[in-house]
Amino acid sequence: MPATEQTGPERGDRTVLDARDISRALTRISHELLERNKGATDLVLLGLHTRGVPLAKRIADKIAAVEGAPVAVGELDVTMYRDDLRSQPTRRAHKTALPPGGIDRKVVVLVDDVLFSGRTIRAALDALADLGRPSAVRLAVLVDRGHRELPIRADHVGKNLPSALAERVSVRLAEVDGSDEVTIS
Amino acid sequence: MKHLLSVDDLATEEILGLFETAADMHDVQSREVKKLPALRGRTVVNMFFEDSTRTRSSFEIAGKWLSADVINVSAKGSSTSKGESLRDTVLTVCAMGVDGLVIRHPASGAALQVSQWVDASVVNAGDGMHEHPTQALLDAYTLQRHLGSLDGRHVAIIGDLTHSRVFRSNVQCLTRLGARVTVVAPPTLMPSGIGPWSAAAGFETSYDLDEVLRGAGTHDDVDAVMMLRVQRERMSGAFFPSPREYTVGYGLTRDRLSLLAPDVPICHPGPMNRGLEIAADAADAAQSVVLEQVSSGLAIRMAVLYHLLAGDLQGGTA
Amino acid sequence: MALVIKGASLLGEETTDLYVDDAGTFVDAAPDGAETIDADGLVALPGLVDLHTHLREPGREDAETILTGSRAAALGGYTAVLAMANTTPVTDTAEAATRVWELGREAGLVHVQPVGAVTRGLAGEELAELGLMHRSRAGVNVFSDDGRCVHDARVMRRALEYVKAFGGVVSQHSQDPTLAGPAACCHEGELSGRLGLPGWPGIAEEVIVARDVMLARHTGSRVHVAHVSTAGSVEVLRWAKGQGIDVTAEVTPHHLLLTTDLLAGYDPTFKVNPPLRPQEDVEALRAALADGTIDAVATDHAPHARHDKEHAFVDAAFGMLGIETALGVVRTALPDLSWSDVARVMSVTPARIAGLADQGRPLAPGHPAHLVLVDPDASVTVDRDASASLSRNNPWHGRELTSRVVHTVYAGRVTVRDGALA
Repeated sequence: MPATEQTGPERGDRTVLDARDISRALTRISHELLERNKGATDLVLLGLHTRGVPLAKRIADKIAAVEGAPVAVGELDVTMYRDDLRSQPTRRAHKTALPPGGIDRKVVVLVDDVLFSGRTIRAALDALADLGRPSAVRLAVLVDRGHRELPIRADHVGKNLPSALAERVSVRLAEVDGSDEVTIS
Repeated sequence: MKHLLSVDDLATEEILGLFETAADMHDVQSREVKKLPALRGRTVVNMFFEDSTRTRSSFEIAGKWLSADVINVSAKGSSTSKGESLRDTVLTVCAMGVDGLVIRHPASGAALQVSQWVDASVVNAGDGMHEHPTQALLDAYTLQRHLGSLDGRHVAIIGDLTHSRVFRSNVQCLTRLGARVTVVAPPTLMPSGIGPWSAAAGFETSYDLDEVLRGAGTHDDVDAVMMLRVQRERMSGAFFPSPREYTVGYGLTRDRLSLLAPDVPICHPGPMNRGLEIAADAADAAQSVVLEQVSSGLAIRMAVLYHLLAGDLQGGTA
Repeated sequence: MALVIKGASLLGEETTDLYVDDAGTFVDAAPDGAETIDADGLVALPGLVDLHTHLREPGREDAETILTGSRAAALGGYTAVLAMANTTPVTDTAEAATRVWELGREAGLVHVQPVGAVTRGLAGEELAELGLMHRSRAGVNVFSDDGRCVHDARVMRRALEYVKAFGGVVSQHSQDPTLAGPAACCHEGELSGRLGLPGWPGIAEEVIVARDVMLARHTGSRVHVAHVSTAGSVEVLRWAKGQGIDVTAEVTPHHLLLTTDLLAGYDPTFKVNPPLRPQEDVEALRAALADGTIDAVATDHAPHARHDKEHAFVDAAFGMLGIETALGVVRTALPDLSWSDVARVMSVTPARIAGLADQGRPLAPGHPAHLVLVDPDASVTVDRDASASLSRNNPWHGRELTSRVVHTVYAGRVTVRDGALA
């Protein structure tokens, strides 16, 4: 799991993004996506559980505001595709919900909060393969903290956050945690 | 959760957790690629000491859709007759490196006994007249999809209670989820000691199906009806005089169907004896959920196998 | 070898020394060259007599043999056992009975008295050769189809009448097979209903007990009721004895202490026939033993090979070990029973019922020296692996039982010394 924690800021925590920073980062990603895709047609945003889901919705809302039309958004759970599934107690899976048009021949943008080892994204790519055949898959993350263990990179990054391996990057989002904040400790 | 032997092993939140997982699994059934990798490399053996095409197939498909290697061992014609003990039979199979053992046995308690002998996770797929926990889970899951929460709902279970593992698992599962249960049968098909049992477990008993379905007397309106199969071999045991008399007293006939509100789901674990415990009109009614039970069964069995076998086999459910 | 037993408390009362001569008879003075046994603090009882033992030989020597069963019996304080007829082949001929009797003598640790079958092959149809078994060297007096009920009333009537000729007795396994299905395996009640196990109602036993006491009255014969297990049977027996009907009855140690709740885990160790019953029945059986309505304790020691018990509950064999632990169980279940009552129900009365003239005798000069010396204050934690039986279906494993058999003497020969085979 990426080192996201539900606990609030503690002593020694350093805030690296506040609510306004997060909003600006998501706005920028929205514009980049539109620019790269030349509009919102055939775009499907899939948020990865847990915090990728509200992030995808926020980006979708921002794109819709710009384009004046709703954009397809869904959620993807990769629990069963994780490579560490059997090294820990069984975890309850979350819901996978694709938008009505599915993902075939669509440009799928995976949305997650933190990009770290890359293993979650690897699992997500496997999950996508079982769900359909997108014409392209892109990756958008709020924070890229480095330390990749697989040949995976993000197409759209809110903030690059060089960190030590021992440090903990915590993303808090209003929908899940009550407020927006990214801290490092 | 290491084994699933009895509904009694499951806390209420574990049941609800299985239902959540089952709902996700249900979606998989509508996909083009009906496959999840969660149990890749796991081996599940279906060991059936008693014929049951539908339960065995359901577990087999459930395991395969989760990418487990599923092997069916027909152990019918019990090893007792070959001079081999049940313990030796299951140990021999488990020595092949089995992670999950799905067992169906005509003797009550067999799954519990087996779980004490083997390292594999054991799933009780029906032990004699004792329990059939996945059936109860799929029944409750199906009803929950129709009724929302089961809390405070009134479910009638009708039929051969004495010989029914489905009844024994269901009465526990439904009451655990807050449903009020009334079981209906002629006195000869009520288990011994059901008086003190029902008093302790908090369910009602009745000999009068019409009264229960009408919500007459002390009974509330029925929110769901669960019919049990009458085994053919009971016909000769002086449990009731004739099939005709059984149907008149305890069958879900066309007349009784008219007593039910049109949104009251009708369950039957199958296989149905049409014309005996359930009339064709009831079996095929819009409110019959018999076929939905089959797809729910797959989802529930996928959820059970996932919870038992996906994680670290030494650990429990997070 | 002659014996001097010093300081034993006779039936828990007066303390005295006992003397045994070379011929194995109690005498009134210390013989020359006698071995001395220090019995200080020990209670002396006549050697115990078991009316109901399954020794499995011939046929299932992997579960028990006459020798290993004799060892277990001696360790339990017994000097005589009645070996049930349901062996393979069945003890239904003089030859079969004599063979069992001879093997018992060869083992030489207890008196092994064969029980003859009532009907040929235990089939319940034709009488076995009751008279020939009686006339054989084995001198069979007790007849039983144990394991099965002599269900046909006509056959039971004839058996009761026929054995009058030589003072025999029929020991009945009271269980109406039509009141319980062939798969019945436990007490029918709330627990069996919950567990989904086919049960025997208590009434299946009681109707046969009631029928048989009426048959005994009608025929003027005597009947013995094996392993009584329900309060209802006790009621019938109490009534019958009040009527002067010649009926005797036994209860097993396990029915005095264990209850049907033990079946909740489906452990076949607790599968026995008749089944363990609820607490109310256990209480009634204890009271009936104490007041004499039930005459005797009989073990129904039933060894089974491990693989015959490692089946699903309904498929597993019936029966449990009990002969090594019987005295401890009786002391634990009925701690207020006096030692003279213990001697009555475990030695004197069983010997009388079985017609064993030299067993259950007073510990006094002129009588054969069959005795057991018991430490009344010890407690023993049962270890199934420490058993002399070949089988391990021991329901008492891990339980603490009151009192301990220290020495057993059979016909003047020490068979058990300090709790171990001599």
